[in-house]
Amino acid sequence: MNVTATIERGAATAPVIPPKGEEKPRAKRPGGFLTSSNGKKAVMAVTGAVMVLFLVGHMLGNLKIFAGRDSFDEYALALRTLLEPIAPYRTLLTLVEIVLVVSVVLHMWAAISLSRRAAAARPVKYAARKKSQAKGYATHIMRFGGITIALFVVWHLLDLTFGVVNPKGFDSSPADRMIAGFDPSRWYVTLLYIVAVAMVGLHLRHGIWSAFQTLGVANRDRNRALRAVAGLGSAVLVIGFLAPPLAITFGVVQ
Amino acid sequence: MNLTLKVWRQSGPKDRGRMVTYRVEDVSPDMSFLEMLDVLNERLILEGDDPIAFDHDCREGICGMCGMVINGVAHGEQVATTTCQLHMRHFEDGATITIEPWRAAPFPVIKDLVVDRSSFDRIIQAGGFVSVPAGSAPDAHSVPVRKEDADAAFDAATCIGCGACVAACPNGSASLFTAAKITHLSLLPQGQPERLSRAKAMVDQMDAEGFGGCTNTGECTAVCPKGIPLDTIAQMNSDYLKANAK
Repeated sequence: MNVTATIERGAATAPVIPPKGEEKPRAKRPGGFLTSSNGKKAVMAVTGAVMVLFLVGHMLGNLKIFAGRDSFDEYALALRTLLEPIAPYRTLLTLVEIVLVVSVVLHMWAAISLSRRAAAARPVKYAARKKSQAKGYATHIMRFGGITIALFVVWHLLDLTFGVVNPKGFDSSPADRMIAGFDPSRWYVTLLYIVAVAMVGLHLRHGIWSAFQTLGVANRDRNRALRAVAGLGSAVLVIGFLAPPLAITFGVVQ
Repeated sequence: MNLTLKVWRQSGPKDRGRMVTYRVEDVSPDMSFLEMLDVLNERLILEGDDPIAFDHDCREGICGMCGMVINGVAHGEQVATTTCQLHMRHFEDGATITIEPWRAAPFPVIKDLVVDRSSFDRIIQAGGFVSVPAGSAPDAHSVPVRKEDADAAFDAATCIGCGACVAACPNGSASLFTAAKITHLSLLPQGQPERLSRAKAMVDQMDAEGFGGCTNTGECTAVCPKGIPLDTIAQMNSDYLKANAK
């Protein structure tokens, strides 16, 4: 007896033809680096790196307060008079400010845009409480941390740059503003700075490593070192930024 | 074992869906999670109810069909394990277990716990291939591959495309899946001709499907039943940036 089995090929794997009007999405606009999620991440990484470099310089400048009021004021003046005969007063500082503002704006634009994309990708939330399986804590507060830091920067500028909320006001030397701002009677301001700087540290612990990952620098062999760089770098920044206000509040620097 | 299950029931794509509570009694600790659901389904059928729809095929952890979010964790809390390989002995007697489908806009629910993952197919179609000359198969050793590259490519190639990475990602991103496929091919000599165009096409398709962006939280790799490493994503980012720089 001859038995021939006929297998209908393709029935199980044939592509499902979508019903009319329900065409599935295609990659419509090839290109568009800045509209792609990876492109936006790259923008975040680069602008974040610019801000980290600024923070390093800012922290080193702050530490000048330990060398005395005059040293700190000279440093503040030097920032404004750098390149003076060649370029007008405050040229370099203004350029740095422009680069920083552009970086902050682009960083926030990318963050908001990616947050909205993420929210759209999960329209229905899980009923069960979402437990973090990766042992990261800082990674889950990046957006919240970013908003906190942005609010702090506004206060910080009003306090020590424009002197609006500083007891010495605008017409005072930078060292006077700094020392009066963290006076023991204004312990709550110091407390605010501690919280904000800790938030910056958490943001950077994930952010610095994440930038390496986003820019494709991280790999299996380098990850341990890169995570160490991120952890140490943010720890150094936190300590460096908290040392002056704490020293002033506790009367070490007067 | 006696269990209380809270299961997502949704009669079809248009249904709003809801959580329904079931009691399951006399569950053997040696049953797999899917067998436990089979027992419940048999009872539901006998009672004239609609059985709970869920995807499954090989039931030995290699096909990528099964997958559900158990107590808020994709494939359950057992590390590097698919739902079909998860056994009831990992649960406590009398426990309440919440079971939900993968939640992502590009994974629409078809029924109950079954989601449509054809968005993954389209990402593969966009670039998950290599050009090979026609004719007889070349000798296996005709193209030398470094041992380290072969190992790393194989690690990435173990991705079974289940979608747990998307389900676990707080951003609903398909980065780990896409990165695994890109890394698998871009580390091998056979994958070099299309290396950069592949990264660009697959990432662009991932975006077009509506998946979120990666924030490097690592939730994906923590739940991945195959333990696909996070550095595949760095590989994808590197290839994608190079493709755009060209």
